[in-house]
Amino acid sequence: MANLAVNVAGVSFKNPIIPASGVFGYGREYEKLFPLSELGGIATKGTTGQPRPGNPAPRIAETPSGMLNSVGLQNPGIDAFLERELPNLLTKDTVILANIAGSTVEECVSIAEKLDETDVHMIELNISCPNVKKGGAAFGVHCESAEMITAAVRKATKKPLIVKLSPNVTSITDIAKAVESAGADSVSLINTLLGMRINIENRRPILRNNVGGMSGPAVFPIAVRMVWQVAQAVSIPVIGMGGVSSGTDAIEMMMAGASAVQIGAAIFTDPYAPVRIISEMNDWLDAHHIASVQEIIGTVQPW
Amino acid sequence: MAYEQMLVPVLEKQALAKNIYRMVLQCRSIAQQAACGQFVHLLPVGCTLRRPISICEINKAAGTLTIVFEVKGTGTDALANVRAGENVDILGPLGHGFTILPEAKHVVVVGGGIGNPPMLSLAQVYGERATAICGFRSANIVTLQDEFHASGAETILCTDDGTAGRQDLVTEPLKEQLAKGDVDMVYACGPRPMLKFVAAAAKEYGVRCEVSMEERMGCGIGACLVCACQLEREGKSVMGHVCKDGPVFPAEEVVW
Repeated sequence: MANLAVNVAGVSFKNPIIPASGVFGYGREYEKLFPLSELGGIATKGTTGQPRPGNPAPRIAETPSGMLNSVGLQNPGIDAFLERELPNLLTKDTVILANIAGSTVEECVSIAEKLDETDVHMIELNISCPNVKKGGAAFGVHCESAEMITAAVRKATKKPLIVKLSPNVTSITDIAKAVESAGADSVSLINTLLGMRINIENRRPILRNNVGGMSGPAVFPIAVRMVWQVAQAVSIPVIGMGGVSSGTDAIEMMMAGASAVQIGAAIFTDPYAPVRIISEMNDWLDAHHIASVQEIIGTVQPW
Repeated sequence: MAYEQMLVPVLEKQALAKNIYRMVLQCRSIAQQAACGQFVHLLPVGCTLRRPISICEINKAAGTLTIVFEVKGTGTDALANVRAGENVDILGPLGHGFTILPEAKHVVVVGGGIGNPPMLSLAQVYGERATAICGFRSANIVTLQDEFHASGAETILCTDDGTAGRQDLVTEPLKEQLAKGDVDMVYACGPRPMLKFVAAAAKEYGVRCEVSMEERMGCGIGACLVCACQLEREGKSVMGHVCKDGPVFPAEEVVW
C-alpha cells in the first residue's frame, strides 16, 4: 500500500484525486455509489453571487474520445450553497474546494468574503469558464485582468487560493505567472477547450449555445503539455486536469508536475472513476516499489 | 432512490424494425428497484458519454429489463451491435417515473414512434383498465403491438400515412377516450409536439396528465446539470433536469 497523501498550498490531501468542479455537483448523487471520504477532495460546482439558470439545452454532445458541454454555470447562488450544501460537505472528511465563478470582480470578491467566514478548506477561482458571455473566461485570457481579479480575491480571503486557468490562450505560462505574482497559492488547469459540433442534416450546432467546452480523453495530451509548461514556469503547486481517465493518466499528469489531479468527463463514462483511479494509482506505485506518490511529482525527464 | 452501475449480460436481442432494436438485460437488483417510466444509462463501447434508454418492460420475477431503442447516431449504433450473450455497462434505474394510481378505473397511455416502448410497462400495470394509443409514421416501423394486446389494454394503432391501423394523429383517438368522461389519467411519451397536443387535450377535459421527456444527458443522476428543461412550478420559472426531476413530469409543469 503506497502512501498517496499529498500537500497542496499547505492543505493535506489523503490522496491526489479530486472530482472537478461541475461534474460532481455537491457530491450527493455520487455518495449513493461510494463514500465521499475516499476522495482526496471535492471541487464544488461553480458558484455565482445570485442563482443562475444556465444555458438552454442541449448542453452536451459526444465528440471523438471526448465531449462538449455548455451548462453555463447553472447553480443556486452562494447563499444557497452556504446554507444547504457546504455544511453537509464539511462533514465528509475530505478537502472541499469551493469554486467561485462570478462575472465581475465585485461578485467574486463578495463570494470570497462569504467563503472566508466558513470552514471551507480552499477556494478555487474560476477565471476560465468558456460558457458564459460575461466574465468567466474573459478574465482568464489576459494577464492584466487575470492578475487584477486574483489580487482582488486574494485581499478578500486568507483561505488557500487556487486559480483555475483557461487553455484558450496564447501563453498559459504567462497567465500562470501573472496570477502567481498576484498572490495565488496554486493554479489548476486546464479548463475546457472551446469547441463546436454541427448537425449537418439541419445545419444547426448541436449545442444550443452554439459552442461549448471540450473535455475528455481527447484533451489529455494538451493538458499534460500545459501542466508541464506551467509547473516549470511557477513555484506554486499545480493541480492538473483534462482528460484523466485512469490511474496511469493521473501518474503521468503528476510526473508532468501536478501535485494533485482533478477528474472531469471520466466520471460520466464511469461514475466510479475517481475511486477506481485512486486504486489504480496505488497499484502502479506498488508495482514500481514507490513508497509515496509525492516522489513522482514533476519527475519527467525531458529530452 | 438506489441505483447501481455494473456489467450485465444481454439475454436476447432482436431487430423489431429498421433501426429499432429490442434487448432483454439480466440485471436482477436493478430490475427489483425499477419503476415504470424510469430509464437506464448505457455505455456504448468506445464512447465517452452514456446513452439514456427508457425501460420498456420490467420483469421482477425473472430479474430482467427489456429496452427498445432506435439507432440515432454512433452511440446507439454501437449499442445495437452488442449481441446476445455479450455484456453491457448499465447505470440504473434512474429518474422519476410515472405515478401509478392503484384505484384508477380507466387510464390512457399514448405513445408516438420510439415513445411507445415506455408505455408498454404502464399498459402491463393497468391491463384492461388501460387504453393504449400507439402512433407511428408508417406501417414499417410499427412495433410491440402483440405485447400491447397481450397486456389486456384496449390497443388503438394509428399511422400518419394510414398504412396500418387508423390514419390519424394520436390526439384524435385520445379525444374520443377523454369524451367518455371516465379517464383518470393520461400518460404520454413521444415527440415534443405530440406531447404538447396530448397535454392540451387532457387539460381541455380536466384530466391529469404526465409526459415523459427526452434530453441529451451527462451523468444521468442529477449532478452535472446538463439535461436542462424549463419548468413552471408554483407560478415560478425553474430550470429542471430530465434525469432527476424527470424524465416523467406533470404536463402542467412543462414550458412548451
